[in-house]
Amino acid sequence: MSVTSTDRLFRTLAYTILIIGSLLCLFPFLLVISASLTQNESIIKHGFHLIPKAFSLEGYRMVFRFPDQVLRAYWVTTVTTVIGTLLGLFIITMTGYVLQRKDFKYRNVFSFYIYFTTLFGGGLVPWYILLTKYLKLTDTYTVLIFPGLMTPFLIILMKNFIRSAVPDELFESSKIDGANDFTIYYRVVLPLSLPGIATVGLFLALAYWNDWFLSSLFINDQRMYQLQFYLYNVINTMSFVTQMGAGTGVSLGTDIPTESTKMAMALVVTGPIILLYPFVQRYFVKGLTIGAVKG
Amino acid sequence: MLRKRGFMYELVKNRLMFLMLLPALIFFLINSYIPMVGIYYAFTRFDFNTSLFNSEFVGFENFKFLWRSGILKRLTLNTLGYNLAFIVLSNVFAIVLAVLVSELKLKWFKKLTQSVLFLPYFISFVILSVIVYNLFNYENGFLNTTLEALHMEPVDVYNTPWVWVPLIVIFYLWKNLGYSMIIYLAAITGISEEYYEAAKIDGANIFQRVWHITVPMLKTTFIVLLLFSLGSIMKGQFDLFYQLVGNNGVLYNATDILDTYVYRSLKVTFDMGMATAAGLYQSAFGFALVMTVNYIIRKINDDYALF
Repeated sequence: MSVTSTDRLFRTLAYTILIIGSLLCLFPFLLVISASLTQNESIIKHGFHLIPKAFSLEGYRMVFRFPDQVLRAYWVTTVTTVIGTLLGLFIITMTGYVLQRKDFKYRNVFSFYIYFTTLFGGGLVPWYILLTKYLKLTDTYTVLIFPGLMTPFLIILMKNFIRSAVPDELFESSKIDGANDFTIYYRVVLPLSLPGIATVGLFLALAYWNDWFLSSLFINDQRMYQLQFYLYNVINTMSFVTQMGAGTGVSLGTDIPTESTKMAMALVVTGPIILLYPFVQRYFVKGLTIGAVKG
Repeated sequence: MLRKRGFMYELVKNRLMFLMLLPALIFFLINSYIPMVGIYYAFTRFDFNTSLFNSEFVGFENFKFLWRSGILKRLTLNTLGYNLAFIVLSNVFAIVLAVLVSELKLKWFKKLTQSVLFLPYFISFVILSVIVYNLFNYENGFLNTTLEALHMEPVDVYNTPWVWVPLIVIFYLWKNLGYSMIIYLAAITGISEEYYEAAKIDGANIFQRVWHITVPMLKTTFIVLLLFSLGSIMKGQFDLFYQLVGNNGVLYNATDILDTYVYRSLKVTFDMGMATAAGLYQSAFGFALVMTVNYIIRKINDDYALF
């Protein structure tokens, strides 16, 4: 085979595989979107399909029939996401900045102090007991925000970022100009590291938004459920209602469009992420490209 | 007078930097170091009402129980097995996808596939459980509806343990391939064009160029990522397993990992001593594993060592 024809073969193969791969990635989303727009009865009779057999908005209507709870969960998630991301960014950038300063003598000791936590830990239970029994954080915003503030991975990512974005000479010259270490951070490092800050910030925000684990461990008060955990509960209660109906012969399920509501709820919860995705994903790509490879 | 180069001297001289570091130090102290004291629970019969050191000391009883009942062995094998499958398959597939994407000429198509493949990474695991339910639920899931339309027998996926082994791996890949692919894509972008030009002049076709230039150039990235993930080989993907399987006891044999067992002991069966013991085992075993691997790598090639 000549070089050009093998090249053509390769490209055809590449396009085919990538198109199939992309479809496989999108397919589950389409399925959920379709189900959320289908009449509940049609789902129960005919099952889930890629194209709604009987179109209806009853799922969405059901989600917003008692909007208090959903909006409440939205509020809790938004508050924790915004505060957690901003506070986390502030601490992560400061830490990354100090740990990459070559004239900071103990930077390796402190780097190891942070890195060691990824190697060994006390496990889930001692941590849980500390936070609930000794710090009394059950049902507080603190417990939804504090544990997610930073990870060693994000600190290392930020450190590498600052190192590649800010030349060492800049620290020297700023010092000669009389700037103290915090002013250097605030005036020099932060403006130069904006792409890195965007990436780390998005990682933090995504983790806060998608979190259900902290709610499931520490929140008993329904009014403080985060969005994902609220969804998780709705799904389980609905399955319970359906099973009850099936077990007793009484059809509880017909009053409440359980199946389509679940799917509609899933989309309402994911909404902001899908809407923001096209705008933010390039920051992830950029950040990973610079930060992670140099590791 | 302060001694030069001493810790106190540094502390005074760089007090602002120490101050800036303080929040992170406190964070890891509370979140990671203080809980290590609680390891003691693993050696006690837990009682929520008494304080830590007043609980009844039982030595290695909890560990012995976990070992004799065979729970520990099953959990270890599942955790290690799944993680190995995740690491190997996601790296291999990510390399293949990255190579394919990097060789494309259409810029918009390149961007689009990258975005689409990365999309699942942004979805919460709760949503993933909705998706899986939508696909495989017995009464009206997409799979059974399709089978029915083809006049075939429906499959009861939620009662068939072995199916979950490939399913969990597939959904892990579905969610994470985009992420790994981007890291490899970045590494490929860093390869100099000159190599490819030279190979073209020598008459190498595209398969040969990929195999003899791109793949060897990715070796470093591959090894670094591999070793990095080996560090967490005992840490399970808790969200993934818990959201897909939940408290469905039928599937435990095939799907229970250390993390899900610890969580259940904490929240469902309230067996704190046992949960701490399993957690400590996980931590210690993982630590020993990383240390050994790191030691061996140091012997072979110092550049790749984790620390």
